[in-house]
Amino acid sequence: MSAIRSTPRARPRESLVARSWLYAVLVVLAVIYIFPFLVDVATSFKSDAEAAQNPLGLIPQTTTTAAYDLLFLRSDFPTWFQNSAIVTILVTAGRVLFDSMAGYALARLPFRGRTVIYAVLIGVMAVPNVVLLIPKFLVINQLGMYNSYPGLVIPLLVDAAGIFIMKNFFESIPVAVEEQARVDGAGPFRVFWSIVLPMARPAVVTIGILSFQGSWNELNHFIVASDSPALFTLTKGVAQLASGALSSGTQYPVKLAAAAIMTIPVAIVFLVFQRRIMNAQGGAVKG
Amino acid sequence: MPKADRGINRGRNAWGWFFVGPGVAVLGIFLLLPVLMAAWVSVSDWRGSGSPFASSVGFVGLDNYRAILSGGTLAQRDFGTSLRNNAYYVLFVVPLQTALALALAVLVNAKALKGRGFFQTAFYFPSVTSSVAITVLWLYLFSATGVVNRVLGWVGINGPPWFNDPRGIVHVALRALGIDSAPGALTEHRFLGVTWWDWLSGPSFAMSALILMAIFTTSGTFMLLFIAALRSIGEEIDEAGMVDGASAWQRFRYLTVPMLRPTMFTVLTLGLIGTWQVFDQIYTGTSGGPAKSTLTPAYLSFQAAFTNQQWGQGAAIAFILFAIIVVLTLLQRWLLREKGGPRRKRRRPAIPVAAAAQGVAR
Repeated sequence: MSAIRSTPRARPRESLVARSWLYAVLVVLAVIYIFPFLVDVATSFKSDAEAAQNPLGLIPQTTTTAAYDLLFLRSDFPTWFQNSAIVTILVTAGRVLFDSMAGYALARLPFRGRTVIYAVLIGVMAVPNVVLLIPKFLVINQLGMYNSYPGLVIPLLVDAAGIFIMKNFFESIPVAVEEQARVDGAGPFRVFWSIVLPMARPAVVTIGILSFQGSWNELNHFIVASDSPALFTLTKGVAQLASGALSSGTQYPVKLAAAAIMTIPVAIVFLVFQRRIMNAQGGAVKG
Repeated sequence: MPKADRGINRGRNAWGWFFVGPGVAVLGIFLLLPVLMAAWVSVSDWRGSGSPFASSVGFVGLDNYRAILSGGTLAQRDFGTSLRNNAYYVLFVVPLQTALALALAVLVNAKALKGRGFFQTAFYFPSVTSSVAITVLWLYLFSATGVVNRVLGWVGINGPPWFNDPRGIVHVALRALGIDSAPGALTEHRFLGVTWWDWLSGPSFAMSALILMAIFTTSGTFMLLFIAALRSIGEEIDEAGMVDGASAWQRFRYLTVPMLRPTMFTVLTLGLIGTWQVFDQIYTGTSGGPAKSTLTPAYLSFQAAFTNQQWGQGAAIAFILFAIIVVLTLLQRWLLREKGGPRRKRRRPAIPVAAAAQGVAR
């Protein structure tokens, strides 16, 4: 006990040592987390030979943009990028609108069947993604949407998790404003569109960011929704590239250049909305 | 009921359905309906051409399930192997990612830390990048003469050719101890077509690289959950512990950790659900190889259906996987239930957990 009692007096020096350790550990960890991405970018500017001989060097001995030339000028990479962009924009817009509409109805409109829908929604969320691979293909195929843009986009337009985030948010804002508008004679859609939605800006932005990341990084839906090269998205195209589609030999610079480029859009969104993303992730679970 | 009220009710119902309509339609058609359809396919002999509801498609009962679970066929052996591979993946990833996430959260949450934002960003960044991009990077880092093996070389370790090495790490460790061959009892008996000796192989080096990757990409997400929880605990309790003369470790172990229990529960549950669904990495990187040592049930289900046109078996594997996830989640819930004392009503974060699961699983 005496040892413990005496610590307060020893604190200043002990805390300096502890501080140094804290920063040392954090810096080492940060290097481990960041270094792989630096290797990725550096290697994408190396020649094949150098990528194999000198994987650790962060500055290429001879800088070459051969990998990027190949990707942009002599491959389908631009098509993949375009498809990813189209799908992501449509899916993000759809989710923002439909998730908030459904969330609003579940939070505020006491319509018949609400409880049932709520229960089914919870059930649906419990189904793991990979269990849906085969089933989704079956339905998309049956509906004649296989190998089409609607097949890529429509099944992703709504996500159950987003509906819940919106529902929780709507429940947290006061009803008074809406009621006033209703008394003034505004219809439900007017109230939703020009009063509720603007108030829900933070939640809407959260849904937007999560949808953007989710659809940009989505892989398995695109695998089962199409097999036409014209409809490849970045995830599917680069996955194909990884298994050796373009290459004779390993061609690491090309693959890593592709990986780097496909990371840029999510990285930008992440850096711009950092604070909100981190709060959303932490907060979503705290509920 | 007066007429006017009934009119209002009808209007309410109509508006309600107008608002939930698109959501219900999309989720119903592309989530609920598919599950029902796949349930039918799993008990049918449909082979991928035409409609699964055509009259030529027959009901075969549990044949597809039987083919996977018994009979000593290749299908059974593959399923057994995939279960073993994935089980080791879960066994290593879940505890390690939870421990690392908690450690990162505690470090980043230190009082008066300079550069807190930078560290958080660094640890979280891998979580936002696509699994395809990370897998491509990982294949390079862990290639035979790649970054990882060079770094291991600095400390005199001759690293394995990771993604080309199907040897199980437990087998390799035993060989190092001089145990080269298995006792007969272990090689004679099989479970799901795989010998007991092979069940005990541990993850292959290839799988180990994927295990490290999962820890790298998910620890940031879970770190955020722990940070949120640590903030909500506040400093008063820690200070109270300090006044009582508890050391930093004692305060962490006996004050902080118990209060993190609900978050711990969430993280473990999400981890368990996510790690049983390994697919993207296998599809992008290994296709189940080398020597089927990275085959997982999710990938096997996909392969059975889309490559081998065994749709019934593929669907059956998916449902068995679903059942495994549900059972293990319930089991874990039961194991981690609060023991002793009056049963407090615990805040069950069921819904938000599911919401976050969608984000994490991807």
